[in-house]
Amino acid sequence: MSQNDLPHGHHEHHHGDGAAGGHHDLGFIRKYIFSTDHKVIGIQYAITSLVFLFIGFLLVLLMRWQLDHPGTPVPVVGGLLEALLGEAASEGKISADLYNSFGAMHGTIMIFLGVVPLVFGAFANYLVPLQIGAVDMAFPKWNMLSYYSYLIGGVIMLVSFFIPGGAAQAGWTSYPPLATIIPTDGQTYWLIAMVFLITSSLLGAINIITTVIQLRAPGMTWMRMPFFVWSQFVTAFLLLLAFPPLEAAAVMQLMDRLAGSSFYMPAGLVLSGQPASQLSGGGSPLLWQHLFWFLGHPEVYVLILPAMGIVSEVIANNTRKPLWGYRALVFSALTIGFLSMIVWAHHMYVTGMGVGISMFFQTTTTIISIPSVIILTCLLLSLWGASIRFTVPMLFAIAFLPMFGIGGLTGMPLAFGSSDLMLHDSYYVIGHFHYVVAPGTIFAIFAGVYYWFPKVTGRRMNDRLGHLHFWPSLLCMNLIFFPMMIQGFAGMSRRMSDGGATYAASNPANEGVIGALSDTVIGLNSFIMLAALGLALAQVPFIFNFFYSIWRGSPVLNDNPWQATTLEWQTPTPPPHGNFVEPMVVYRGPYDYSLRTDELDFETQNQPLEVA
Amino acid sequence: MDIPIPYTSTVRPDTGLYNGKLGMWLFLASEIMLFGALFSSYVLLRAGADEGTWPHGLLNIPIGAFNTLVLITSSLTVAMSWVALKASNFQRYRRFQFVTLACAAAFLGIKAWEYSEKFSHYEVWLATPLDVAAHPELAGHAVDGQTEVYSVIGHIEGAGRGWTLNSLQESNIDSIQIHPDQFHYRVGAREQGKRSKAEKAAQKSKSAADHGDAHSALTIPVSEIKRMSALVPAHSTYFATYFTLTGLHGLHVLGGAIAFAWILWPGAKLWNSDPERYTNAVEATGLFWHFVDLVWIFLFPVLYLL
Repeated sequence: MSQNDLPHGHHEHHHGDGAAGGHHDLGFIRKYIFSTDHKVIGIQYAITSLVFLFIGFLLVLLMRWQLDHPGTPVPVVGGLLEALLGEAASEGKISADLYNSFGAMHGTIMIFLGVVPLVFGAFANYLVPLQIGAVDMAFPKWNMLSYYSYLIGGVIMLVSFFIPGGAAQAGWTSYPPLATIIPTDGQTYWLIAMVFLITSSLLGAINIITTVIQLRAPGMTWMRMPFFVWSQFVTAFLLLLAFPPLEAAAVMQLMDRLAGSSFYMPAGLVLSGQPASQLSGGGSPLLWQHLFWFLGHPEVYVLILPAMGIVSEVIANNTRKPLWGYRALVFSALTIGFLSMIVWAHHMYVTGMGVGISMFFQTTTTIISIPSVIILTCLLLSLWGASIRFTVPMLFAIAFLPMFGIGGLTGMPLAFGSSDLMLHDSYYVIGHFHYVVAPGTIFAIFAGVYYWFPKVTGRRMNDRLGHLHFWPSLLCMNLIFFPMMIQGFAGMSRRMSDGGATYAASNPANEGVIGALSDTVIGLNSFIMLAALGLALAQVPFIFNFFYSIWRGSPVLNDNPWQATTLEWQTPTPPPHGNFVEPMVVYRGPYDYSLRTDELDFETQNQPLEVA
Repeated sequence: MDIPIPYTSTVRPDTGLYNGKLGMWLFLASEIMLFGALFSSYVLLRAGADEGTWPHGLLNIPIGAFNTLVLITSSLTVAMSWVALKASNFQRYRRFQFVTLACAAAFLGIKAWEYSEKFSHYEVWLATPLDVAAHPELAGHAVDGQTEVYSVIGHIEGAGRGWTLNSLQESNIDSIQIHPDQFHYRVGAREQGKRSKAEKAAQKSKSAADHGDAHSALTIPVSEIKRMSALVPAHSTYFATYFTLTGLHGLHVLGGAIAFAWILWPGAKLWNSDPERYTNAVEATGLFWHFVDLVWIFLFPVLYLL
């Protein structure tokens, strides 16, 4: 495939200067906009996806306001909302339709435009070639196309907010028939944008896998690869194999919306009290759910595996010890990769798909928790007996462990059909998966940003501001998501735009209703909103620190400021196009720490073994 | 001005692959998942369809079979052209690739003709069934000695694209003139072949036979119509599947043909500077082409014959 761009591929006259970084002949546009350098593309991914992460967070702040004060104008930004979104936000109030749009787009943006491009597009792009000692990715031009495909998808998603009818409203899962009949073209935009995003991650996945298989430096055997590379390798396979079924599903939903077909529209469907007689019918709404979750569940591991990889690197470096159970980590990651493809229908216990099928999926779901627990245990045991350096990245990495632990354990009741029946579609589910992704994956992302920032920019981020970022974030994350578990147990549905007021015990219409929501449970909405505001404030030091440190941070004194063993620290800072000054040869495993007793307690991977 | 990447044209010893080939195999793996999902959807939808609602024999089998042959031929010429390159015979490679491109064009042309045939045919579902004995022109619609038919397929006189019952009612049309199609529908492959031959013979003998005259028209009042649809995705889940699968496959054929043409003309400079890399490009694109061929080999029986 990459072979089609061959005529541009002649570099004879450039042989030899690749490693020296002397590419001053590139203009600004080729160097920073249409670059084929994996590091520039990684940075492009990072900046774009951080912006999307921020947008997704703003959406949820608006939603939390609406849940706490249903139908009251949004303070401060209400007028802006009305100016931007028109009637859906008249008088600065969030209408139920707009709330649905925000909900669907919060999920979509956070997952497909924020976290996945950040952990895979940014971190894998930047670091995998460096950590395996490669000069670049195997297909640099396709790599660039991958970013632009992602960008186009993202822009289409954002544009859909401003079309008549607004953005998609059927949740990030886009279940038909609702998604098909909903009267806004936003859903069509959503589907088309998804096709671009899927293409993007497909190109990225092929690139990462080929790079890892083909471009490892001499001596970089499979079992000498840093665990981060392993985690991205497995992630790439998940993206490669799990995304195409969603593409197929999206194409079929597009056909349903645009060509009037009935892939997901059952016979005898009744719309607003009218039988849909001119519909050919015969479709299956369940088909969409199967195809969607066939992607959707591996996607969860796309979110979490790279996070585990980042945390592993940070922990090994800051404990100054080899990771406990490296081989167990690797084989667990591979096992997760395989099992994640056969657990998808545990999202569908309440669809009535049958007890036999539920039984199968609850068995595989239970089994997949074993490798996850192995990984968490290995990382926990890696701390044992270490003289830990409590740097800012390490704080985030350590916090990841219990947070992911809570996220994982709260998933167990959802893994079993019988208990899932009670909790399905409640705030408990929201609390559960946000524990995995928010204080889990996003903390790992922060750990990675603080850890590799010196390599990317040549400057360190400020420690004091880092602490000011970490501690309030940790507190607020828990104050946000733990109360959701309580609300979920009380039976609050996750999909209501009025924060549960319709089912409040204090509502006269519900007098004598058993299981109506008490004032305490509904009152938690205020608590959560304040905590969410706190979380927003806690990001201010980070954003300031990030930009301030790019230009004013204290410069690093050498290329390896954390005294790390892996190859990315063996490059100049920041690494030039072509990465290494001289070709890397690898002699050691990834975590040769604490081998010596003098102050230099580590050996880098390219350090030859001493002959005794 | 890019950095030279290792193993773009040479083979990495421990994997035995150059980058492009591995990349292509990975891409094909994802393609298998894409088409696999669509085929699985087909199985699920068909197995879940109510009895009697899955149409049969609405496609032109001889044409489909011919197209299969066209695509297989192109796969052969792709392989031969690669062999020619390996033997450093560029002219021979070019000749074979001309045939490949011609086959691709023929395949797509035939497919487009099949599509437009479908778009101009309508199925009309009737409120009260019609007696076959009273309407000899409906003989082709009755299967297994049926005496009544519940729907009629054919050309509608003066029909635009994409007419539905709603559009008839909105334009105040009282009745339609439909020419029931003698040729195919609801019969197996062998029977289709026979009728195709018979129709051709009939057309030869009737030298002035224009399509409208070939079959006599049937008048159906709009009040008798339950539902009406051209043979488009909205007709039935069967046609939705047919158009989605063959449409996606057609896009793949088009993409492969464009890639080959690109390598053949603007990309040909590479042959002089790096013949090995050029040959690899043909090989990797060829892998894709064989895959696309293989997909059709599954599509043909699944959609035309089963």
